[in-house]
Amino acid sequence: MNKPTAREGATPLRGRNIKTIVNAGLARRHAAERRFRWYGLIAISLGLAFVVLMFANIIGKGSPAFWQTYIRVPISFDAAALDPEGKRDPQALASADYAALVRAGLRQMFPAVEGRLPLRALSALTSSDAAYELQRRVQDNPGLIGTQQEVWLLASAAVDTFVKGNIDRSLPEAERPLKDSQIEWIDQLRAAGKIERQFNAVLFRNGDSREPEQAGIRGALMGSFFTLVVTFLLSFPIGVATAVYLEEFAPKNRWTDIIEVNINNLAAVPSIVFGLLGLAVFINFFGLPRSAPLVGGLVLSLMTLPVIIIAGRAALTSVPPSIREAALGMGASKLQMVGHHVLPLAMPGMLTGSIIGMARALGESAPLLMIGMVAFIVDVPKNFLDPSTVLPVQIYLWSDLPERAFVERTSAAIMVLLAFMILMNGLAILLRKRFERRW
Amino acid sequence: MSTTAIDTQVALNGALNRNAPLRQSAGVQVTDYENRQTVGKITVDNPKMVCREVNVHYGQKHAIKNVSLDIGANEVIAFIGPSGCGKSTFLRCLNRMNDTIPTARVTGQIKLDDDDIHAKEIDVVQLRARVGMVFQKPNPFPKSIYENVAYGPRIHGMVNTKAELDDLVRESLERAGLIKEVEKRMLEPGTSLSGGQQQRLCIARAIAVNPEVILMDEPCSALDPIATAKIEELIDELRENYTIVIVTHSMQQAARVSQRTAYFHLGDLIEIGDTDQIFTNPRHKLTEDYITGRFG
Repeated sequence: MNKPTAREGATPLRGRNIKTIVNAGLARRHAAERRFRWYGLIAISLGLAFVVLMFANIIGKGSPAFWQTYIRVPISFDAAALDPEGKRDPQALASADYAALVRAGLRQMFPAVEGRLPLRALSALTSSDAAYELQRRVQDNPGLIGTQQEVWLLASAAVDTFVKGNIDRSLPEAERPLKDSQIEWIDQLRAAGKIERQFNAVLFRNGDSREPEQAGIRGALMGSFFTLVVTFLLSFPIGVATAVYLEEFAPKNRWTDIIEVNINNLAAVPSIVFGLLGLAVFINFFGLPRSAPLVGGLVLSLMTLPVIIIAGRAALTSVPPSIREAALGMGASKLQMVGHHVLPLAMPGMLTGSIIGMARALGESAPLLMIGMVAFIVDVPKNFLDPSTVLPVQIYLWSDLPERAFVERTSAAIMVLLAFMILMNGLAILLRKRFERRW
Repeated sequence: MSTTAIDTQVALNGALNRNAPLRQSAGVQVTDYENRQTVGKITVDNPKMVCREVNVHYGQKHAIKNVSLDIGANEVIAFIGPSGCGKSTFLRCLNRMNDTIPTARVTGQIKLDDDDIHAKEIDVVQLRARVGMVFQKPNPFPKSIYENVAYGPRIHGMVNTKAELDDLVRESLERAGLIKEVEKRMLEPGTSLSGGQQQRLCIARAIAVNPEVILMDEPCSALDPIATAKIEELIDELRENYTIVIVTHSMQQAARVSQRTAYFHLGDLIEIGDTDQIFTNPRHKLTEDYITGRFG
């Protein structure tokens, strides 16, 4: 029955050479394939080129910020000046005039300098942090009093910028932050080996500051840390529980459909809207403090939840039904089936989704602007209610400042942020590889 | 033709009243393909499970149509039939696995001993502990061999001490004929075993809770002939202590392992009877066509 029909169907082709027909089209097909490959290659190369460009730019600009200029100054910890009563009273030690010690040390190096203005220019070589540094040292070790020490002191931002080669000495004196005399002193110090670039511990030790050489990301890092802790503690358990309920327990009806559509839509809501919501609900209605990591964490939880729920549901659906049947067939209750078998198998996927969501929360700034985490905060936050800022917002704040040293720090902070992002994504990949089980 | 109609009518009456003696004239064959009434004796003297007028709907689809049959204690009954005939669906009614499919609707009466399995006071967890199941594809949990077998006793709280559990696991593996192969590797994942071993592990897992009935849904379809032979041998041994219902695509397998055979076609139970009789002297034309390989 079938064969004649098949042959009849072939009638229009009878007498024609199939080989030539196919060959005629081959060149066109191959060309299309080649074109497509080229498009792909071009797209990937463009993407890679931009990534390389971005990284080169950021690293090029930011890496000098990890090194900071220090000046070696002879300091005589004069007992008469620091502790005239000789009691080593901490109160007295704290209020002594350490700036005078720095000035005296600088004058000792350049005894020829006379006059109020030149002396002020001389002491401007070091940062105002230099005096605090001496204070810290004396408080840590009162035995220093009465001794003569050579101390590496933090140079001012202008000196640092000059040493890093970012100030053109051929410019007229009025157009650069350093005077001719200062440049001359720097040259002398350099020749004597008394100026040096050291690792910039200040960047990781201090909070924000108006003085670039004293500005650090510690405050922002701690703010980000507290915020993310709140975000994780809230969004992970709630997200996983929601995913499990919707996927395993909820009846499939119109209501769950509506909820599902809404969750999917929430994942696409612009993040600043969550900031507005947080401002209205958490701060204005519940009266929580502004700029606090707790509120930031709440807002970011709202933003991260849909991502975790969607990832969690995808992970749950990918668990093979045979495992569920096996558990149910053994007489496990539904909760036992989920708890003993489905959830452990879905956990790597859920963790991966959560970490990706957390990485997104780490990089988020817009919603946090709305709840006041954009303030200039010098103190490093110590708990969930201290006013603080977060890393991306710190980057945003610094990027607004004109000083060359802040430009450098902006890039450095971006590098730190990127490092954490890469770390978190790496962790996600690691977890997935580590806990992936075959079935 | 007229005699057969009466004959099947008697059979159906018997189905409704299983104490009524059945009259079955040997040698009479139903030649009418349109006759969808069950041929053969659906009752047994010593029933473990009794199913009456079971219907299953998947949404609009009528998957099982008015099926009535008895499953005898300590017998192996085989369900055969072409793909999509409903034999697996019917099997899954017996431990209410169809409950997990949202669109499935099961009506009719199924009794395990004297308990109606659809009754309110029967919890599905209890039912599934009494009616174990082995699936088509070996599906050990992605846990150790030990944990696989220990899972059932553990969730049902059947043992009190670790030593008891150890014994139970060993005994179950022994009865499943697997102990020699896995004795030294109890803590390796169950998925590291071969397909046949995995299926025997699943059987060990099922018998660890000491069920009354074991349902097997094409347990050998994913296995090679040697592994299949081992499972069949095992089924024969297990018959002493358990009632076994097996769905199979292989008619040779049904002939080898079962005492009774039920032939399903498009949701109808066409013929049921002693395995010997079904394979040597089928009474319905559809059964004959199927077992002689004319279709299916």
